[in-house]
Amino acid sequence: MTDTIIVEIPRYSPEQDTEPHFQRYEVPVYKEWVVLDALNYIKDEVDGSLTYRWSCRMGICGSCGMMVNGEPKLSCATFLSAYARNGDRIRVEPLRYFPVVRDLVTELTDFLAKLKKVKPWLMRENERELAQGEFLQTPEQLEEYKQYSMCINCTLCYAACPVVGLDPTFVGPAAIALAQRYNKDSRDQGAGERLAILEHPEGIWGCTFVGECTRVCPKHVDPAGAIQQYKLTAALDWIKSFVMPLGRKNKDVDDGAKAA
Amino acid sequence: MEQKPPSNTPIYTEFHPRWYRRHVSVYWWLGQRQYLKFILREVSSVFVAWFVVLTLLQLRALRVGPEAYARFVHWLEHPATIVFNVICLFFVIFHAITWFNLAPRAMAVKFRGKRLPEIFISAPNYAMWIVVSVGVAWMVLR
Amino acid sequence: MARSSSEPILWTLFSAGGVVAALLVPVHLFLFGVALPLGWLRAPSYEHLMALAQLWPVRIYLFLLCSLPLFHWAHRFRYTLYDGLRVKHLNEVIFTLCYGGAVAGTLLAGYLIWSS
Repeated sequence: MTDTIIVEIPRYSPEQDTEPHFQRYEVPVYKEWVVLDALNYIKDEVDGSLTYRWSCRMGICGSCGMMVNGEPKLSCATFLSAYARNGDRIRVEPLRYFPVVRDLVTELTDFLAKLKKVKPWLMRENERELAQGEFLQTPEQLEEYKQYSMCINCTLCYAACPVVGLDPTFVGPAAIALAQRYNKDSRDQGAGERLAILEHPEGIWGCTFVGECTRVCPKHVDPAGAIQQYKLTAALDWIKSFVMPLGRKNKDVDDGAKAA
Repeated sequence: MEQKPPSNTPIYTEFHPRWYRRHVSVYWWLGQRQYLKFILREVSSVFVAWFVVLTLLQLRALRVGPEAYARFVHWLEHPATIVFNVICLFFVIFHAITWFNLAPRAMAVKFRGKRLPEIFISAPNYAMWIVVSVGVAWMVLR
Repeated sequence: MARSSSEPILWTLFSAGGVVAALLVPVHLFLFGVALPLGWLRAPSYEHLMALAQLWPVRIYLFLLCSLPLFHWAHRFRYTLYDGLRVKHLNEVIFTLCYGGAVAGTLLAGYLIWSS
């Protein structure tokens, strides 16, 4: 393991540059340092103009997503020593397929709009009275959607998904996984409404199951699995609407009241 | 948009810096091993379609008569055809393996409240693959 | 969008075709494309194959073997052209050629199988 490592970062200042240019910094390598530590070292000691997002430094806020040697990673969860062992340089770039605002900071407005588009809140057909008490949920019912609720909106999956890069209107892995988080929640009755929003080429049908999103997800949300299951649900729904045209498409059973 | 603020507070306009957008190349799929494997998996469908063409030719030859079928078999024995069909076979097997490995992800099968591990779905698929293959071979070669 | 209502059935056909292609195509291709031409196995006679092709379960089997993988190819190839070559602006043409090809192949298979 080397004592120092060269960190290559594309610098881009919107007021001065039309294109990014790479800058190299020499950073010491300590056993416990992550890429975020290297960036903080650069900003504190070498070049205070370096701009990047970070917050919790422990892999839960989702702020510090970056491309590290071409792989989408959380910079707070990527150890420097792993790269120092295999060479003397490391390339840190802003997340792929997003516009770059400055240095390592990406523009997320479009992503946030996509999240909002899938209506990520509990939707009820029949509201519960306060006197009826709270929704009760068994551990099995929680298991149905818990995995998808682990998403920290770090957008690593968007940086990994080629469809996101090729089709900017594609809603994307995190948004669809989020829709499934609510679809599978026993308290929710909005699955039909969300399906109507997502059963389009820019929704679930745009996904070609590359599977990269699941591979890079730091929270093991498995968005690819969520999307394929959603496709299967949509297909079965469509078949049911043919075979049983009088049957209701929405989940209209008040599961919450069942346990009360 | 937000409501207008009271008149004695300053009005802010959004600063919209010039974003840098990296262009996605037509050769994006060569940039990463996983992307290349994905495209090869998708391209395997072309070889699956070629198999159907082959089968349609075989059915036509069968229908016309023994001499036509003999000519068809003779064409199959041509070295170039064999080489192409071997390549085709690799892609078709690649399709089968990737399909059986990915199929469990589309199906969340529950058993006693917990999701079945993927092997419980892919292993029966592989087993069925072997059984069906042996069955077909027996029917044809009998 | 008109396309949204056809995607479920196209995906279902793609999946069914994928299963058929995965389970059945390898052995058929191995037998007729590789093993028999190379003489590894004794070739079935014309009469045996014709006798098999008269049985109605075999006819249905052959029809599905030809039709469903074509729909699998059509769906996958269409998306590969969109993503791989980025020709989405031609999507009407691609859609017609792909699924049209699958339908044509299906009709041809039906004709060849049931008219012998």
